[in-house]
Amino acid sequence: MTEAGPLLAAAGLGKRFGALVVLDAVDFTVGAGEAVGIVGPNGAGKTTLLNVLSGRYAPEAGRIAFGGEDVTALDVASRCRRGLARSHQIPRPFGGMTVFENLLVAAEAGAGARARAAERRVLETLALCGMVGLANRRGETLGLLDRKRLELARALATEPALLLLDEIGAGLTDGEARGLVEIIRAIRERGVAIVWIEHIVHVLVQVVGRLVCMDAGRVIADGLPAAVLRDAAVIDAYLGSAAHVPAHG
Amino acid sequence: MIFLNQILQGLFLGAYYALIACSLSFLFGVMRIINLAHGSLAVLAAFLLFVLADRFGLSPWLGLIAVVPVMAALGWVLQVLVLERSLKGGLLVPLLSTFGLAIVVDNLLFEGFGADTRSLAPAIGDLAFASWTLSDDVTIGQLDVIILVAAITVLGGLQLFLARTRLGRTIRATAEEPEIVGLIGIDSRAVYALATAIALALAAIAGAFLGLRATFNPYSGGMQLLFAFEAVVIGGFGSLWGTLIGGIVLGIAQNLGAFITPHGFLIAGHGFFLAVLIARLYLAPLADRVRRRGRKVVAA
Repeated sequence: MTEAGPLLAAAGLGKRFGALVVLDAVDFTVGAGEAVGIVGPNGAGKTTLLNVLSGRYAPEAGRIAFGGEDVTALDVASRCRRGLARSHQIPRPFGGMTVFENLLVAAEAGAGARARAAERRVLETLALCGMVGLANRRGETLGLLDRKRLELARALATEPALLLLDEIGAGLTDGEARGLVEIIRAIRERGVAIVWIEHIVHVLVQVVGRLVCMDAGRVIADGLPAAVLRDAAVIDAYLGSAAHVPAHG
Repeated sequence: MIFLNQILQGLFLGAYYALIACSLSFLFGVMRIINLAHGSLAVLAAFLLFVLADRFGLSPWLGLIAVVPVMAALGWVLQVLVLERSLKGGLLVPLLSTFGLAIVVDNLLFEGFGADTRSLAPAIGDLAFASWTLSDDVTIGQLDVIILVAAITVLGGLQLFLARTRLGRTIRATAEEPEIVGLIGIDSRAVYALATAIALALAAIAGAFLGLRATFNPYSGGMQLLFAFEAVVIGGFGSLWGTLIGGIVLGIAQNLGAFITPHGFLIAGHGFFLAVLIARLYLAPLADRVRRRGRKVVAA
């Protein structure tokens, strides 16, 4: 990426479902290689923001630029081929295909890799996600943790510059989540920018360098994790009186 | 020996059924659409080959080189104009729209060619009836052998294409999770258009063999659809090797029916189809229970 500007720049995003305003003039930027966490109460519009960024929903207002190019009108597949990938909260592997094939089809379609290059990409991704031993297992035979890892690995195989993660830790034990955090940290070290929605805040702050808090379709705080978690508006809207702010943020 | 010959002839007939069924099986496997216009589209291809042979003296084998791409292009257009919209309307709409398409195709063919029965057999000369005699009762038609080889080649080739190639993997991924594949950069609409193009190219090949081994008229499509459908259901929907076996089993059942009584041909085929359908309805829950018990044992 040679552009001086941010990797992703969304300005004035608006989205409503009927009378319900889900995103209200949201500005959001991500720099190349940056890791940003998004927190906020249920219904704050976090997942909708990811869906608008990934191209699943078209926003009613605002523009999205990715890598210096206006991608507002592009669909999910086109954005993915440009390096904007997304993983879902509920993993949906290609059940009848092996783990290897799951990644291979992603590397071929998403990264445009061919033959040997695609296979190399798949092997690297398998190694990074600790899934080499599962390469020949069919997607449908995997348990929840491995499905989550496959969901992550499949998105990674498309060679993204920016990876959008939606509650990848949900439903996992602390130990399992820790394993995923290691993988995500390794992904980040390779220069992939990350936007990560997560309710498990103490897991999130281990990886991200910046935290954004949303409430009722707006961004109410944006900055260093420690500062955001101490913000009065954030405590009021999200953390509440039972707030547990990790000291090591 | 006569009995053996009936089974052998059933095998060859079944290979034709497998050929005409594989397009139906493939399209259902990829898009969950039962294409009720399939038989009519195969007959349309047969008429195109007939025109090429009749007017220009082109052999049907060479004619296929022209007709397969034309039908594939038609498939692409069909997906973009009709099926894509139909798919958004739920399960019933594609059935209705392809049924409507079948009626349109049948009647356009009737307008263009009249009700005369045609065949492509005259265009291939001796091959249409040449055969090898193995014994007094057992003869093998050369065209039948070509059809059997074609069926195995087409179904095997399709299976290999899906299993081993980049496009094949893209099609399988889209078939499994059409709403998800966008996330890995696949445009599912383009994949569906490609799949429909392949399905109609397969229908063109089936139409050629229909015309070569038998006769057809503008309203032959319905019966071909029925045989194709029965072969697919017997073999298990969406499984290509199952379709080959389903076609062959159907062909053998029909020929044995004809062996028992001259009118038994269709009855035996339909009867066998129904028996498989009912057996599956009753046995599926049982098999499922056995499988689940097996899994529990493995887990324990």
